[in-house]
Amino acid sequence: MTNDSTEIRTVDLTRVRPYGDTMDDGKVQLSFSLPVPDGPEVVEAARRLAAKMGIAEAQVVHHEDIGENFTFVVLYGKCQHTVDVTTIQVPKVEAKPMDFYEVNDYIREHIGRKLNVIGACTGTDAHTVGIDAIMNMKGYNQEYGLERYPEINAWNMGSQVDNHELVRAAIEFNADALLVSQVVTQKDIHVQNLTELVELLEAEGLREKLVLVAGGPRITHELALELGYDAGFGPGTLAPEVAAFVAQEIVRRQLA
Amino acid sequence: MIDRARQAAAKVAEDVDSFIAQRSTVAVERTVLRLLGVDGVDPDGVPLPNVVVDAVHAANQLTKGIATWFLNGLLQTGLSAQELAQAVSAGEVDLLTLPMATGEEILALGEQVASEQLGKIQANRKQREQIIERVGDAPMPYVYVIVATGNIFEDVVQAKSAARQGADIIAVIRSTGQSLLDYVPYGATTEGFGGTYATQENFRIMRKGLDEVGEELGRYIRLCNYCSGLCMPEIAAMGALERLDVMLNDALYGILFRDINMQRTLVDQAFSRMLNSFAGVIINTGEDNYLTTADAVQAAHTVLASQFINEQFALRAGLPPQQMGLGHAFEMNPSIEDGFLMELAQAQMAREIFPDAPLKYMPPTKYMTGNIFRGHVQDAMFNMVGIMTQQGIQLLGMMTEQIHTPLIQDRHLAIENAKYIFNNARHLGDEIEYKPGGKIAGRAHQVLAEATEMLEEIVERGFFNIIEDGMFADVKRSMTGGKGLAGVFQRDESYYNPFEMQLRKQLGLAPARVGVQA
Repeated sequence: MTNDSTEIRTVDLTRVRPYGDTMDDGKVQLSFSLPVPDGPEVVEAARRLAAKMGIAEAQVVHHEDIGENFTFVVLYGKCQHTVDVTTIQVPKVEAKPMDFYEVNDYIREHIGRKLNVIGACTGTDAHTVGIDAIMNMKGYNQEYGLERYPEINAWNMGSQVDNHELVRAAIEFNADALLVSQVVTQKDIHVQNLTELVELLEAEGLREKLVLVAGGPRITHELALELGYDAGFGPGTLAPEVAAFVAQEIVRRQLA
Repeated sequence: MIDRARQAAAKVAEDVDSFIAQRSTVAVERTVLRLLGVDGVDPDGVPLPNVVVDAVHAANQLTKGIATWFLNGLLQTGLSAQELAQAVSAGEVDLLTLPMATGEEILALGEQVASEQLGKIQANRKQREQIIERVGDAPMPYVYVIVATGNIFEDVVQAKSAARQGADIIAVIRSTGQSLLDYVPYGATTEGFGGTYATQENFRIMRKGLDEVGEELGRYIRLCNYCSGLCMPEIAAMGALERLDVMLNDALYGILFRDINMQRTLVDQAFSRMLNSFAGVIINTGEDNYLTTADAVQAAHTVLASQFINEQFALRAGLPPQQMGLGHAFEMNPSIEDGFLMELAQAQMAREIFPDAPLKYMPPTKYMTGNIFRGHVQDAMFNMVGIMTQQGIQLLGMMTEQIHTPLIQDRHLAIENAKYIFNNARHLGDEIEYKPGGKIAGRAHQVLAEATEMLEEIVERGFFNIIEDGMFADVKRSMTGGKGLAGVFQRDESYYNPFEMQLRKQLGLAPARVGVQA
């Protein structure tokens, strides 16, 4: 069969679906376990489930007994749904990107004193990987943490910090910004924790006087705004992004 | 160089050991009560060991040891241990105002009860040996995975599924925050945050499940929990009574990463390790954690230095090398050129320096992203080092690290990954000789030299001082800071702990320098 057209189809942003190797093929991969013993019935069950999810021509490429009457399934299929990307609006952190040197210069120039920044993993959460990546001297992925910034007094309170304790520390340290990390969560305890902190800060009349930032794998900027924070940073965030936001927010709100 | 490092570590442990021997803690005393047979909670849900110990501690009378008061109470009332604890809790008996029996009578009863109770632990140890003899054991590295549903009954389902796929050790991750509870929760629990509470009943339920599936599979499945936090020795006792096989049990972890007071942790770890030793439990130390806060390339020597120190503390608690699962980890940034060579060098180094220890090797976590496909490859690289260097316990990495506690299929894929590599490269390590003066040997020598230097500096400056200065994991902790200091006290000359006395005798340790020498 010949085709006169030498061009491939381009994307229609009002009707976007997954791409595998041909525009609009809708190809998705999916893996999950079913609480059913392995057999032909599981394959059919997985295909029917996929169909209900809007995945056509589902092909179960792998299924395996993983004990205790569970079966692991991998399947490929074609997603029938589309989205209109042109109408999507996602709140983003509005700050000019800066590197380590630019942040420090900016603070010297526009604020004229060192910023006091506290970081803490609150509640019962003991996972400090996130807050350490932002705060620690050595930082993460070749980016220094805030402790290394000459224009920032950084205090990493570590893990399992009680919200009341954090508020006391904020007063004592005269904090310009609080960075709160929430990693491990179950039944949305992280949301309760983050909300409680805002309430405590408001009760102390502190909320308007400082920049409040949330971070963690389940945190989006949108969720953070919803909970009354100034910004939210998800996984993969590096120290300069947070520092640039904090510095610019302090100037914007004339907090220093 | 290795001898020099070991000598320095021995000096560090010796200095701290004399500090430890003069002290006890509320957790140690609660453990004595548990071993005497006290269990259960009062009407408000407070565990009876806490109720009894707190009453005596509040009156500043704990310096003689809870055993003195409680054994006397048994002699005076004729009640059983459990009945006596209930009577104290109900306010019917005040241990401090009862007439006192003679020292000989108390010692005689203590000795008798301690022999009986420790006999139960010994019987558990025998039973483990018998089961292993009958059903068989897995080859090392043992495949270690965690379950963490929050519900002990759901955990059993996940654990059995994991065992069927090839897991050799099941660890039940504790509920977030349990390490900071100054009591052990009671009974079977079905709700937790990021894990399941460690309770004696939960231990029993999981033990039963693993024994069942182990019999079926023809392989003994080991059970692991966390003997850390403010209840270290109590968990050790519960584990010993319920035949747990592996316990996280680090001398420094709680100080550095949970901000538990250093006096408290050091005293608690000593008694908990005596129990673990006697119960035949393999302890796992937590050096891997240093590399999650500090840089894995630059801080490698702190891991080795800490392994040396943990080894010396463990020896002073009677724990033989065969039960020392010293920890280390594969945590370097994967984008480093020749990073694999450095990881291999360090794993091989640990293997050669601690030849008899079932080293616990931890997977990548710090540089795991949400990219599960790359993560699976990182875990494969880690498994390759594990088999090449014959690690003892391989804690499997999950491709979904940083995303959620493992789902059933995450564990399945992780075990499949490890089994494939372990089998496919089983004897690769035997075939390899490292090039003298090459990158790998050079890296090992460098790390050893730095660790030795660090240990000698610790001897010079004093262990407590270097913790205060943040030499480990970049974390600074003060002598009187942190949680749990109020539960530490100095033993007086008449301090008595019948279990410590017998454990020291049985483990071939010198008697304590204050009290318990009778």
